[in-house]
Formats: sequence, structure tokens, C-alpha cells
Amino acid sequence: MLSLLVFMPLVAAGALAVLPRVPDAAARWAWVAVAGAELVLVVAMALAYRTPAPGGLTFEQRVRWIPAVGTSYHVGLDGISLPLAALTCVVFLACAVYALREAHRPRAQAALFLFLQTACLGVFAAQDLVLFFVFFDLSIVGMYFSIAGWGHGDRARSALRFFLYTFLGSLALLVAFIGLYLASAPHTFDIVELAANPPLQGSPTTGVLVLVAALVGLGIKTPVAPVHTWLPPAHTDAPTIGSVVLAGVMLKLGTYGLVRVVMPLLPDAWRAAAWVVVTLGIVSALYGALVALAQSDFKRMVAYTSVNHMGYVVLALGAAGLAGGSAASAASGAPAGGAGSALGAAAASSQQLAVMGAVTQMVSHGLITAALFLLAGVLRDRTGTYAMGPGSTVSGLGRLAPRWAALLAVASFASLGLPAFSGFVAELQVFAGSIATAPVTAVALLGILITAALFLRALQHLLTGPARAPRGGFADLRAAEAVPVVVLLVLATAIGVAPQPLLDVIAPTSAWITSVVTPSATDAVAASVAAPAGS
Amino acid sequence: MEHDVAMLTPEVCLLVGTVTCLLMGSFLARERQRWSRVVAVLALVAAAVTALVGPASPAMGSLAFQASYALDAPTTTARMLICAATLLVLLLGRDELAGDPRESEICSLLLAAALGAVVLAGASDLLVLAVAYLLASIPLYALVGLARTPAAAEAALKTYLLGALLGIVMLLGVVVLVALAGGSTYAELVSGLRSGQVPRPLVAVGVVATLGGLLFKAGAVPGHFWVPDTAQGARTALAAFATTVPKIGGLIAAYRLVDATVQSGAVQTGTVVAGIAAATALLGVLAAFGQDDVRRLLGWSTVSQAGFLLFPVAAAGRSDLAQPSLLLYLAGYAAANLAAFAVVAAEPHRRTREAWRGAARRRPWVGTALLVSLLGLVGTPPTAVFVGKLTTFTAAWDGGLAWLVVLGAVATAASLFPYLRWLAAAFAKAPADEDAGQVSRGPSSAAAAAVSAAAVVLVLGVGAGPLWTALSGQVLR
Repeated sequence: MLSLLVFMPLVAAGALAVLPRVPDAAARWAWVAVAGAELVLVVAMALAYRTPAPGGLTFEQRVRWIPAVGTSYHVGLDGISLPLAALTCVVFLACAVYALREAHRPRAQAALFLFLQTACLGVFAAQDLVLFFVFFDLSIVGMYFSIAGWGHGDRARSALRFFLYTFLGSLALLVAFIGLYLASAPHTFDIVELAANPPLQGSPTTGVLVLVAALVGLGIKTPVAPVHTWLPPAHTDAPTIGSVVLAGVMLKLGTYGLVRVVMPLLPDAWRAAAWVVVTLGIVSALYGALVALAQSDFKRMVAYTSVNHMGYVVLALGAAGLAGGSAASAASGAPAGGAGSALGAAAASSQQLAVMGAVTQMVSHGLITAALFLLAGVLRDRTGTYAMGPGSTVSGLGRLAPRWAALLAVASFASLGLPAFSGFVAELQVFAGSIATAPVTAVALLGILITAALFLRALQHLLTGPARAPRGGFADLRAAEAVPVVVLLVLATAIGVAPQPLLDVIAPTSAWITSVVTPSATDAVAASVAAPAGS
Repeated sequence: MEHDVAMLTPEVCLLVGTVTCLLMGSFLARERQRWSRVVAVLALVAAAVTALVGPASPAMGSLAFQASYALDAPTTTARMLICAATLLVLLLGRDELAGDPRESEICSLLLAAALGAVVLAGASDLLVLAVAYLLASIPLYALVGLARTPAAAEAALKTYLLGALLGIVMLLGVVVLVALAGGSTYAELVSGLRSGQVPRPLVAVGVVATLGGLLFKAGAVPGHFWVPDTAQGARTALAAFATTVPKIGGLIAAYRLVDATVQSGAVQTGTVVAGIAAATALLGVLAAFGQDDVRRLLGWSTVSQAGFLLFPVAAAGRSDLAQPSLLLYLAGYAAANLAAFAVVAAEPHRRTREAWRGAARRRPWVGTALLVSLLGLVGTPPTAVFVGKLTTFTAAWDGGLAWLVVLGAVATAASLFPYLRWLAAAFAKAPADEDAGQVSRGPSSAAAAAVSAAAVVLVLGVGAGPLWTALSGQVLR
């Protein structure tokens, strides 16, 4: 069933690419149909989902591929990958509906995006490092063609920079995977087997070197502050739905890789480098927010807020490793004392909160940013520009296009983390978890403040003032444009109002990740449970 | 002895084909020379089929002719790869070579060079190696110079001078090694050098000098100067042949030699080869940056590929993965490189990158083949070179060359740039002045070759599992 989910878009893409003389309208609707079927499938899987044992998987499937090298076609879902797979299906369906108006080579575009959907779903489903890498790389190839083929502005250059940058990252990742493979005994690329018996536990130097390679690879993809420079030009010149997929789904591949691969497979090194990761997260969050504040290009601003939001995710994941350190020391410092054990248990739970917050933030950011980029696409369609603020020819759109304005306002408030939206739930958990373990991470709260300021400023520039639009008018949203945005925002609100179903799925796997990153934390919990009985 | 000859049926098929084509060239009327191509195809198919059934025969897994020729997994792979590659070359060059007054000679020379490459790969004896080197090189000089253009003449001269020079250096190395080891087979080499009585500097000189000739065949530093000129100046089909088939023979031969010297424990050849591999990969990648002529670009790309292909050679004898990963990478490389040259042959009027603007939209299948072949050369999954790169990198790291892996990753990322510029041009909008009817479509046989080779690139990548088992047989010595 999972393989069907992953490969159905690819088959459809192949059919669209090979079959001669498919009319454009048929190609558009075929894409919507396949994306819709994917969503139905993933909802069915979510309903059938039963929490697996810690470290286990549901919908697991394993087929021999190159047994001599210890790699197989191994897919499965757990509490972290299922929400992200569902997010992928939602975002791609939104793109398919939005692209119903696409006039430029719609058949090729539909085939390309279906191919991209397979690649993204494949990354979330993969339980083998080689398979993970295969899909990871394919997603880069697909996005390159999306930017180069359907973008605007200096698209060839932006696409090239995107490809080179992220390809370098993926090769660093490959080096890290080879390191993990050679360090494991028996040699294997299987993530589940590696997680059950993490390699490189005894060799801190090699472990940290492998971790650095993996961090470079995934950090570029996320992107983290010093290596984010490919993102703004890629977004600015990408087509609307390319931006939506890039920000909504593909940025998550980086942080998902951290949770899925790096943390369970290199727990020692992760603990050792936790402060570095936390610092990277804080710097990304603040720097992304500050640079976003300085933008006079709406789409570029949204792109930089992605750096900010993904910074929170990295911060939370780093804090999880940090808390591991403190929990371990607390537990070992007072092994028999009830207070020490309780502290250890508390630290462990705040750490789990941080991981849950990180995963929730990935889902939430995917939904909200996708909506924002769709609205930005409408802005460009109508006015030919993303420019806002002084010197811009666009203002007062609140009067010209009330529906567009209302949705933009809602999406902006959701993105800045207003309560009742998913961003709030996510950021609350991220900060509650992180600050409890390392109070200094409260610095990153400033990022929320700056984000609020910049979104309010953008709303002011675009929606208020004299009603002006360079091409005379600004037609309000059509159905094909409004429906995907509304659906995305309704989902974001639903998660914000009733997060429990989502958190129930995420929590067990987060607890497992937490327990792997801090082996002693489970002992501490066990001790705190056992202590009252003993005394 | 009779039994030995039977074991060499594929080689005999090639030899018979060579001689028959040569005779047909002398006796057939000029307009009937296409029959020699039929003979060449038949010889290659016969050789490939007998190579395919070879592994099932009891003779497989043994040494022939007093241990001078190994019948093992590398030889079988080389036989099949070289025959398949030469068949593909004949297909992609069908229109280019048909009706040529020297068609029979071309077929004869192609078969002779292919035979030389096969023997090079199978040689388990230094003297056989030297003979195979000459057999593989001399037809190549003639093939490169066939185009009768100044560029082809320059390429032929460079190839000849470099080949002759490194051939003599190689003969010197062979002489030194035979004298030191007291025998010419690799088994004698291992036992002779292991005794500890031999002066190590001399062994090193012998090994490096012998490798020199093989590096010329592989197109690696320092024997790479002929590759870009040949790729640009020779006819496309022959350039495809010259950058693919000799590499297969040369690299497998280098693997056998390095493996034998490492087993003897006399010299650490792996480190030297690692240095050569690093230099070759980097030079090939960086030199490709400034190229506007797509054939020259491909020429430099094959140089960088030779560097990557030397990774498992550097790890020979130190990692179990080295041999199957080398053979797998060779198969993937041969398919991807031939696909790229076939694409070039399918659009003969597009010589510079700018001329490729809009080509993919005009002929989508050729464009797709170009995409698959270039990304296949980079090593993007799910192509065969991806599995090749993954396993060769793993083998190199396993052999204690982690620095080489990091360097290889950086070089791979950098190699993307020139390919992407070509792809971007090919997939861009056609310039307004290029009218649909104005530009004639290139030969369809080359397009067919391109598409089928690109399909092989993908199939080998996805079906690497069963292949790996077939490639893992023990090296015989």
C-alpha cells in the first residue's frame, strides 16, 4: 500500500510523458485526479495507522535490491513520517488545483510534479540510507527542472545555483552514509538495523566527522543560516507551485533527515554537537527574521521567514540532544535520589516536547507557507511584481480584492504564530521544550517578535493605503486559486484548535527518538518509577 | 592446448571477424562494403554470446595458456561489455560510416582494437599484457586519424606519440618486473616479489612504468592528453569507441596489476594510484568547465570518469568491494558515455553548446537520452553510475582512502556544472531564427542508439543487485 502511494504518481508521470497527444485539459485534470487519489490513499493509511513498537514501522515492506552491499528497498511509516507524507499529499493536491490555470506546457508540468511527488514521498517512506539518498537526489533534479522550465526572472542562474548547492549537500550526505555503512557491523545501509545498533558509539572523532558531513548535507537543504544563500533566489525565480513544493515539502527533507537518520544513528555525536546545532538554529531563526524584515519583495520575504521557521526546528532538535546531556548527568549525579531521578524524567519529557514541537512545526510550516506562496503567486499574476512598500506601485489591495486580502491576513497571522493556528502549537512546544533544557534558547523568541512585525508591515503595505495596481485592476481570487489556499489554512487552523490527533501520532515516535538520543533518560524514568515502589 | 583454444572462443570470434573484414575490404566492390559491417556485427554477437555462455562451462574459473590468461568474472565482464559497446558504436555510427570508402577497414580496425582491449583485460601475464597493449593501441591510431581533417590529424598524432612513448615506458616496466620476479605471470610476480630479496625502489619503478601504459589506455593522468583532442577531432562514432572500449581493458588490467603487487606486499601501489585518481578526477572536472564544444566537453568528462574509475583500483587488494564496484562502474560508465556520444551523433550539426539551444524540444526522445546520459555520468540515482559511485566510494573508504572519498564527492558536485550548462541550453527555448523546417533532423540510428543506451543506464542502475553477484567472482592469478 505504501509502495502504491509512493509510485502511483511516478507511473502517472510516465504515462503523461510518453503518451502522445494528451490534450492539455486532460493532463491538468489527470494530475488533479492522481493527486486526489494520493490524498485519499494517505488518509486511509492514517486511519489504518496503529502505533508501532518503539523504533518499529507500519506499512513496512522490504525487497532485496543489492544484498551484497547491504541495501534493500525498505519502506515504512512511523509517527514522524506519516504526518509529513500526509502533508506532501495535501500540498501537491493544492498545487495541482492551483495549476489548473497553467497555460505554459501543462502536460510536462503535471508529469514533472507527479515525479517530484514520488521523490518527496519516497524520502519520507525510505528506511534504507541508499533509498533515502536516491529519492533525496531525485527531488533535487525535479525541482531544478521546475525552476529552469517554468520560473521567471533570472531562472537559469537561480536553478543552477540551487542544483549545485543542494547537490553538493547531497554528496556530503552520501559521504556520511558511506561512513555509517562502513562503521556498522555487519555492514548495512538499513536505517532500522542501524538504529537498533548505532555504529560509531565508541569512536567520538569519526562519529563527529560523519555527523559534520551529514549536518552539511542536511543543513544546506533545510537551510541553516550560513548555507541558506541558494534559497532566496530559487524562491524568487521559481514558479508559484515550485515555490510551494520547495518550501512546503522539500525544506522538510533536511530536518526530517536529522530526525530520521542523524539523531537515531549517531546519538553520541549528536549529544556532543548539540550546542553547535542549537546555535545554528538560533542564528538561523534570528538572521532569517532580520533579513526578512529588510525585504521589499513579498515573495523573498516569505522565503526568508522559511529560514526563520526552519531555524526553530533545528533549534528544537539540537535542544533535544542538549537535554540528553543534562538528563544523563542528573541521573548519574544522584542515581538513588528521588529528586535527581524526577529531574531526569522532567528533562527527558521536555526534550520529547522539543522533538514533538519540531515535527509539528514542520507540518505547520508546510501548510502555512504553501498558502502564503500561493497568494504571492496570485499577486504576481495580477501585477507582474512582488514589490511592496515605498516605491512600489501596489497598495490598498484590501479594497480591490477583499477575498485575497482576507486570506493573506489569515495566512500571515498563522505564520507569525498566533494562537488558534498550527504555528502556535508548534512554537509553543518548541520553546517550552527548549527553554526548559537550556534557558538561553529564549533568545530565539525575539524571532517571533520580528516575524510579527514584518508580517504586519507587509499587510500594511499591500492591503492598506490608496487602491493602486499597476495593470489597472486586481481581480479577486478565482475558485481554482481560492480553494487550495482555503483548504491549507483550514487544516492549519484545525491543527491549531485541536492538535491532539496529530500529537497522538507524533508522540510515541518522538518518545522513541528521545530515548535513543538519551539512553540514560529511559533508565531515569525507570528509576523514578521504581523508586517509590522500592522505598 | 586444444581445450585452451576452446576457452578463448570469444576472442577467436573477434579475430576471425577482423581478418574476414580486412579480406572483404580487399575483394568487395566499393558499393558492397556494407557486408563487412554485417560480418563485424555477426562476429561481435558471436563473441558476446559465447562470452555469455562461458561462465557455465567447466573451463570457467581457470587460467589458460600456462596461467597467462585468466578466465574469471573480470574477463567475462570485459568480453561482454566490449562486444556490447562496439555493437552500440556500430549502431550509432551507421549513418556516419555507411558508404565510406574505408568501411571495411574501419570494421576491421574496430574489431582488432576491441580484441586488444579484451585481451588486455584478461591478461594475467606481463608479456601478454604488452602484446595486448600494442594490439589495442595501433588500430586506435588509425581510427582516430580517419577523418582526414586537421583536428583529426592532430588528435591522431597526439595519440600516436603518447601511445608510443608510454608503450615503451611500459615495456621497460615489464622488463624490470620480469627480471625482478623471475617470471612473467602474475602468480610468479606475487611469489617472486614476496621473497623480500628484491630491491623495493626497483619494484616501484617497474610497477609505475607498467601502469603508465595502462593509464594511457584508461585516459588518466599523465596519459590523458590525447582524449579531449580525439573526442573533438575524430568521427563521433570512433570518438565514442576510443573513449569507452580501451578504458574497459586498461582499467581492468590496471586492477589486476595493482592487486598482484599489493598481494605481494612489496610496494604500496594503492597510494600512488589514489594520487593519480585524485589528480585525474580533478583535472577532468575542472578542465570541462571552460569547454564550449560539446565533444571536447565529453572528452574531458571521460578523463574525470577515468579518475573515479581508478578509485577501486587504488583500493585493489584492500577491499572486497573493489572488484565488483569497478566492473559495475565500468558497465554504467560505458552505457552513459556511449549514450552521450550517440546523442551528439544524432545531432551532428550541433557542435557547440549554444547550438544545442532548443534541441530537446525539437526531439524530446534525444533530449531525454541526453538528460539520462549526462546525469548518469554525474551519478544521479537511479542510474548505474550512481550505484557505481556509491560502491567505489565505499570501496575506497574501506581501503583506507577516506580523503579520496571526500575529494571524489567534491569533484562530483563540481562536475555537475558543465553538464548542467549543456542541459540548460538543450532544454531552453529554441532561438527565434531557427525555423522548424530549416534544420535537418540527424540520423535516426544514432537516436535509437542513444535511447537504448540511456535505457540500459537506468536498467543497470535499478537492477544492480543480481548484476553485483555476477561480478563478484574471485580474481584469478
